[in-house]
Amino acid sequence: MCLPSFSLCSSGLSGQTHRFAPTQNSKIMNRILFTFVLSILILSYTSTAFAVRGNRLIPPKTFLAFDTPNDSGKSITIRWSASSSESEDVEYVVYASAKKNGPFRTEVLRISSNTMYEEGTDSRYHLVGIEPDKFFKKRASDKDGNGEYFFKLVMSNSDSASVGVIASATPKGNLFNWSRLNNFIIMIIFSILILCCIKHAKRAPSLFIRKIKGLDAIDDALGRATEMGKPALFVHGLNDMDSISTIAAINILGRIALRVAEYDTPLKVSNIYPIVLSVSQEVVKESYLEAGRPDAYVQDNVFLAASEQFPYVVALSGIMTREKPAANFFVGYFYAESLILSETGAATGAIQIAATDAFTQLPFFITTCDYTLMGEELYAASAYLSREPLLLGSLRAQDIAKGILIGVIVFGAFLATCGVHFISLIFKPG
Amino acid sequence: MNKSRDIYILFFILIAFFIVSVVYLSFGWLDIWGDGLGIITAAAVTLAMYSFLYKDNPVFKIAENLFVGVAMGYSIIIVWFNILKPDVFEALIVPVFKDTGKAPQYTVIVPTLLGLFMFLRFSSKLSWLSRWSFAFIVGMGAGIAIPNFINAILLRQLEPMFAPLYTGSFWGTINTLLVLIGVVSVLFYFFFSLEHKGVIGGVSVIGIWFLMIAFGASFGYTVMARMSLLIGRMQFLLKDWLGIIQ
Repeated sequence: MCLPSFSLCSSGLSGQTHRFAPTQNSKIMNRILFTFVLSILILSYTSTAFAVRGNRLIPPKTFLAFDTPNDSGKSITIRWSASSSESEDVEYVVYASAKKNGPFRTEVLRISSNTMYEEGTDSRYHLVGIEPDKFFKKRASDKDGNGEYFFKLVMSNSDSASVGVIASATPKGNLFNWSRLNNFIIMIIFSILILCCIKHAKRAPSLFIRKIKGLDAIDDALGRATEMGKPALFVHGLNDMDSISTIAAINILGRIALRVAEYDTPLKVSNIYPIVLSVSQEVVKESYLEAGRPDAYVQDNVFLAASEQFPYVVALSGIMTREKPAANFFVGYFYAESLILSETGAATGAIQIAATDAFTQLPFFITTCDYTLMGEELYAASAYLSREPLLLGSLRAQDIAKGILIGVIVFGAFLATCGVHFISLIFKPG
Repeated sequence: MNKSRDIYILFFILIAFFIVSVVYLSFGWLDIWGDGLGIITAAAVTLAMYSFLYKDNPVFKIAENLFVGVAMGYSIIIVWFNILKPDVFEALIVPVFKDTGKAPQYTVIVPTLLGLFMFLRFSSKLSWLSRWSFAFIVGMGAGIAIPNFINAILLRQLEPMFAPLYTGSFWGTINTLLVLIGVVSVLFYFFFSLEHKGVIGGVSVIGIWFLMIAFGASFGYTVMARMSLLIGRMQFLLKDWLGIIQ
């Protein structure tokens, strides 16, 4: 529309006006018309350029900062509403300052604008936790007295940035994590259950435990080692003493050491951690004492094979190949070394019994060992071997707890199918 | 006879490796002043480890002891630089004897003493003190592990179980049902107070099937990962060392 008008005007200005009378009025009219058309052209061009090139960003309507609930006082949560300008190319940048008036130079967060949405808000809000201590050497309270931090949210892309919105909050510690109240209640209920079952087990020590085939095979394996005059090798897993599977392994080691002491068969125990080594030495020594054979205990037979994963494997592979133990026990938590260890043991012709709760390694033990105790069987093993009321009672309590869980799962799934979700709220992880 | 054959094989391989290395270095295919010696050492240790696939031999024993020794040395350095130096030496000992502008952290004394008690195992009279350290570690480990276990293992796995069985699609519903049956039957397998007979025995067998299918999938997945490790080593030998493939 504009171009023909412009050419018409320009032709008038260039003096090609032979079709019209060259009057003063017409000249004025032409100038007005030219100015009008030119202004329209400029305006339309600049507005289009601004919309495309400038890509104006619409900032979020709300931006809040508040103390993260149920934490130790190190975190502040920031929450803001989603903007209609969000895309992969647009970023949210959060700057922080310990002073209200800034300067806001410390960048504490930079995310793509279409990420980190608050769960359950259908992508309408963003929610991010920030730990100011990671960015500020001194707490804000050291300077200003109230420990308040100020955050400025800026939305930006390669061309422009929207005006920042400022919010503030003070991190405060909480004595109790209320989101984990259900954990606490479950722990209390299960603890009471365990105590009751232990009390019951003390009254009736002949509590039934079903046969665990792998454990029955321990005696066979040790008997074979005795007949062959070769040692038995007990291999600890790769977790330290703070792991439940290592504690269970120590219990099993104690029972194996007792049998070994009775049979007068050498027992070699390999470790990867010094603390597990020391505990193992203590346990084996006590078992030899219990069997009335303290003289048969050799401290060097409980040894530190290596301090890293694969050197541990290499060292044990060498021991298995050279000393050819008649029985190998792999007990504890294992990682990628499980197959190499058990395959080497199988190649030497040893009877192999594995017990682990590392479910990713169970397939390897199942394929290469004669017997494998899976998952919780590792924990049940100590109760089965020792028949101590403390362990028997714990095991019975665990079974009751499993029964309760089965009921909760089936009932919860049924209720959820009917559209009732209160059970999932009760058992929601904190 | 076999032993002498093994010795011949070993010598042949060692001489072949030596010749290959010398040729590659002489012709400049491996840079002696650059990473050439490192590549040759890595290739030698790799081949020494793989020699165990044939049988135990002196070369493997050398590599084994080297590996264990290097790992032990590395661990000691890590413990010193990551734990003892920053947490004990610089936090407690240095500020006591020198003005560093930081106050000595006396709270470190308790864990340091517990650590030192471990050494008392060498003393027959005071070795009982080392049990304090063990008791602390085991107690603390169990105390930290159990609450986390409830949250991370129990509740996290229960959460998806409370999904509606009917998902709107036929296969989705079958999938949810399978998950429910799998979880319940596997839990039944891990009942120790009940004999696996009758209904419980039947449900346990279903649980074992679920477990074995899961283990099979895990086995296949891990074997594939191991294959990629083997391919990586082969690529190193054929590309970085011998330069056969590009």
